[in-house]
Amino acid sequence: MKKHLNTMFVTTQGTYLHKEGETVQIKVENEIKGYIPVHTIGGIVCFGRVSMSPPLMGFCAENDVAVTFLSEYGRFLASVRGPVSGNVLLRRTQYRMADSKTDSASLARFFIMGKISNCRRVLDRVLRDHGEKIASEELSSASVRLKSSLDSLRQTSDLDSLRGIEGESAKNYFSVFDHLILSRKDEFKFNGRSRRPPLDKVNCLISFIYTLLLHDVRSALETVGLDPAVGFLHRDRPGRPGLALDMMEEFRPYFADRLALSLINLSQIKPSGFKTTESGAVLMDDETRKALLVAYQKRKQEEIYHPFIDEKITLGLVFHIQAMLLARFMRGDIDAYPPFIWK
Amino acid sequence: MYDESSLIPISGLQHVLFCPRQCALIHVEQQWEENRFTAEGRVLHERVDSGDSSDKGKIKITYSLQIHSLSLGLSGIADVVEFHPSSEDKNSFIPFPVEYKRGKPKKDLTDKVQLCAQAMCLEEMLCVSVPAGALFYGQPRRREDVVFDEYLRNETRKAAESFHRLVDSGITPQPVYEKKKCDSCSFLEKCMPLVIGKKRSALKWLEKAVFEGGENFEEAS
Repeated sequence: MKKHLNTMFVTTQGTYLHKEGETVQIKVENEIKGYIPVHTIGGIVCFGRVSMSPPLMGFCAENDVAVTFLSEYGRFLASVRGPVSGNVLLRRTQYRMADSKTDSASLARFFIMGKISNCRRVLDRVLRDHGEKIASEELSSASVRLKSSLDSLRQTSDLDSLRGIEGESAKNYFSVFDHLILSRKDEFKFNGRSRRPPLDKVNCLISFIYTLLLHDVRSALETVGLDPAVGFLHRDRPGRPGLALDMMEEFRPYFADRLALSLINLSQIKPSGFKTTESGAVLMDDETRKALLVAYQKRKQEEIYHPFIDEKITLGLVFHIQAMLLARFMRGDIDAYPPFIWK
Repeated sequence: MYDESSLIPISGLQHVLFCPRQCALIHVEQQWEENRFTAEGRVLHERVDSGDSSDKGKIKITYSLQIHSLSLGLSGIADVVEFHPSSEDKNSFIPFPVEYKRGKPKKDLTDKVQLCAQAMCLEEMLCVSVPAGALFYGQPRRREDVVFDEYLRNETRKAAESFHRLVDSGITPQPVYEKKKCDSCSFLEKCMPLVIGKKRSALKWLEKAVFEGGENFEEAS
């Protein structure tokens, strides 16, 4: 099994990374802070004013280490890509399928099925564990509506209608999301999904985790030889990683949303770790961001059961497994793409 | 006859003989999984990969010789080729390929076929006949002579043909799980022989997981 490798998050401003033998040398203000062997990491994510030497970028590309540059607040800036690996046949299949309305719709349906199913299970799990102290009626009626969205997915084969069902169920799910916040509710209030910019602390958390997730999903897709830019549910738009966004859908509720919720509910982050700017946009301070990165990394090391491949694996490996399954579906080895379904 | 642009690696012969799906994963999908065994093999090769030649008595030894055969449609590198002085003509030498292998001698023909392909390349490039060569096994460190008879040459031609057919088709064959073979294969995790294949429907699995709650799985604690 491919090893679950750690992602190296570099948040210290002014850091310079360069290649030293087989390692990444970390320098801050001309002082060497350490060396990390390249074969022990799966990715490098640089936040803000962090720079890297071109030889190191090339070395990372050669060793399947995904490198991403983000703004200090987690906005995607750029990623480093090495030579395109030799999966020209797979890529051509992917492009052909993306050009076909029927194929796009059937893939989009698999992704949406995974997403809605996992949304529903997030709600059901909270109902099961905390049913007595929350607005359980609203939650269970949302769960029922998600179930009926799943049912209507079965009868829909038109891409726009599928997108409609997806939008409807997302609205549904986020309409009760505030009920999933179980502690310090007055300080962590969820006021509906807001992205550009996030307008409350919960949205700020979720958006940041989504960015990290996108990095991981994208590099998993690249590793198996798929083009992360060409999606099925998400239409092509320059600079947008359509396929990575597609495959991310099934992980949003299970992986990202639940991580944000547990950080809040288990008091791992403080309300004072956020600031609201003049525009209403909410930002995290360095300490909160660090706590979040540590929690994200820890979550990826948790062992889970993968129902389709019938094996115990670390959560961090799930992205890779799903990317492999997607490639195998495109190559005709399996009759469906089985999204990761959480139970 | 093949042209130079359609030559494929000699090393693929052992893959196509071992398992057509593994061969397609490597040579069609271009996936490569390094594990302990392949790493050991690589280290063993690095020792002989110095790329120059030396004289050992009357035998001239060449390392990492680039070779090809247009009739087999193969190209690659011969680890070691010894040039033995001909008993008939003092001024001519007969090439004698030696291939280094990790592990024990195999029961099947794979290693011999690979060596024979090298010999046939040498014959074509040097216009001489190459009657024999040797396989050197790392465990135990032992050398085994191989005679390139008509039977082995035929098997080599057949393997080269099926390798070309597989690469040209661009299609990865379905997996067939064989415990002994699969469990030692470095591609097990990528190939997923127990998960993928006609016998199992992912569509049915998905239906069940989403709509029936899928009682067959639970979260690991």
